[in-house]
Amino acid sequence: MLFTSYGFIAFVAVLTLLYYLGPANFQWILLLVGSYIFYLIAGPEYIPYLLAVTLIVYFAARIIDRKLSDQDAYLKEHKKELTKEAKKEYKAAQKKKRMVFQIIAVVLCVAILALVKYANFFLANINAVLSASGQAKQLSFLTIAMPLGISFYTLQALSYLFDVSRGTIKAEKNVFKFALFVSFFPQLVQGPISRFKDLSKTLYEPHPFNRQAVAFGLQRILWGFFKKLVIADRIAPAVQTIFADVSTYSGGYAFFGMLFYTIQLYADFTGGIDITIGIAQMLGIEVAENFNLPYFSTSLKEYWRRWHITMCSWFRDYIFYPLSSSKGMQKFSKFTRNHLGQKVGRRLPVNISSFVVWFVTGMWHGASWNFIVWGLANFVILMVSEEFEPLYEKFHNRFGFAGKLPYRIFQILRTFVLICALNMFDVCKTIGETVKAFLSIFTSANWGEIGKGGLLGLGIGVSDYIVLIIGILIVFAVSLYKNKNGDIREGITGLAKPGKYAIWIVLIIVVIIFGTYGIGYDSSQFIYNQF
Amino acid sequence: MDELLEILQNLHPDVDFENETELIEGGILDSFDIVTLISEISETFDVTISAEYIVPENFNSAQALYELIQKLEEE
Repeated sequence: MLFTSYGFIAFVAVLTLLYYLGPANFQWILLLVGSYIFYLIAGPEYIPYLLAVTLIVYFAARIIDRKLSDQDAYLKEHKKELTKEAKKEYKAAQKKKRMVFQIIAVVLCVAILALVKYANFFLANINAVLSASGQAKQLSFLTIAMPLGISFYTLQALSYLFDVSRGTIKAEKNVFKFALFVSFFPQLVQGPISRFKDLSKTLYEPHPFNRQAVAFGLQRILWGFFKKLVIADRIAPAVQTIFADVSTYSGGYAFFGMLFYTIQLYADFTGGIDITIGIAQMLGIEVAENFNLPYFSTSLKEYWRRWHITMCSWFRDYIFYPLSSSKGMQKFSKFTRNHLGQKVGRRLPVNISSFVVWFVTGMWHGASWNFIVWGLANFVILMVSEEFEPLYEKFHNRFGFAGKLPYRIFQILRTFVLICALNMFDVCKTIGETVKAFLSIFTSANWGEIGKGGLLGLGIGVSDYIVLIIGILIVFAVSLYKNKNGDIREGITGLAKPGKYAIWIVLIIVVIIFGTYGIGYDSSQFIYNQF
Repeated sequence: MDELLEILQNLHPDVDFENETELIEGGILDSFDIVTLISEISETFDVTISAEYIVPENFNSAQALYELIQKLEEE
């Protein structure tokens, strides 16, 4: 049941009606039932995975939380007789005990994810090694479908476990409430990856009908539909045509292909998240923002602070920081400072931890070498930029570029092209095809075909391009407004009645007329649903 | 405190660390800076700032960071 399908719209409409017509104290129960129905429709076979992750994390967190409470009680009780060292020793011993449960839960959850997402990738690699070593024996692949959203809800559940373990939140006692946190349907299939301390503030409390919240939610959903149906799905056939055959569609086609895919990815993913946040808002629930005008970034580093924010902060808080601040890493840093110099020793924890994070980020996006190389390419660019930062600064100051608008625009365009190039790893099937398509941009002699109307032979026609250009300009204008003034909905709400209603009615008509539909319409799958 | 200010100043010479109170929320320190800081602090003060302490409240000002170091030294 895709977000843009008629079935989903009907599902949300019925659920919202029941939500506000029924008793407010039961709203969260309705959401839990609704979320499981949503997941059941997606595939009954997926339910056991969701249940398993929920229960594993729930029980582990409860045990850890109880042990933390016991520790606090013991320390309080023996405050006077315990020496500083004894207290330290006791805490370290308790931490070890708690870690056992944390590790068991993490291993089980990651094992489930690995089984459904990565098992065939590993088997394919083993088979490749067997073939290369001349052996005829090949391992057979598993026939397990990857449960929808498992990459997202596993990270969300684990963030809760880590936060309980760190003592930053208390474990939720009610297993059903926790089950809702993991399964909340608008964010179940493509995030955002919420934190318990944020989502729980509004997820369980009763919400009386609030006209403004419902109106804002609907407007955000409409905006998501606009991006997904008018832009992402309309440009999709051209992207598919180009990257299904990179030998034929090389050079100029590959260049426009990477540009089109970057536009599609933005409209698709941010559109999906708009729908998610809009539904939640309509229900009075606050879900974390996942984007902050990412294509306005002036560097790749800034881009990763503005794109898929909840995933990036997850990897930062639960992998990058723990690894780089660990005792082992600090010891290693000291060792390298003594043997290789201050500068190297200082940079090593950052570089090693970044490498691990980007490797894992690549793996998380998909079980293929393409994604791993994509992650590592990000790592290399970020590290090189970081090392050359002082040099750039000298250059900028020397020529007076710093802070100047034309240079800022240049930086934004440069970053955008870089993102387009990196996205080729995502859209091409293999590393070979990625490299071939990318290099062909500089070597192929077919650029003349583009000028002769080559782009019209990609499955989309002149009218599609006109709709796309207008759609992209609208998104760009709204983004510029947001960058300067904040949420455009508040600006529209401040307008006189005929004006504000006209804007939303026009947008509805635009989505209906210019959205990409067909006979037996069912919108294209969201790109991030596959992750 | 002077040692900490020196570490911070080496990281970003143009920032007024004595008075700045939004080092994280204001985007002055990023995750790379924080890790570099942790290494420097570990070297200078012989304390390990583990991940659970890496929250904006502890890094938003030099004073907050200094208080964290003192707390960890006492533990």
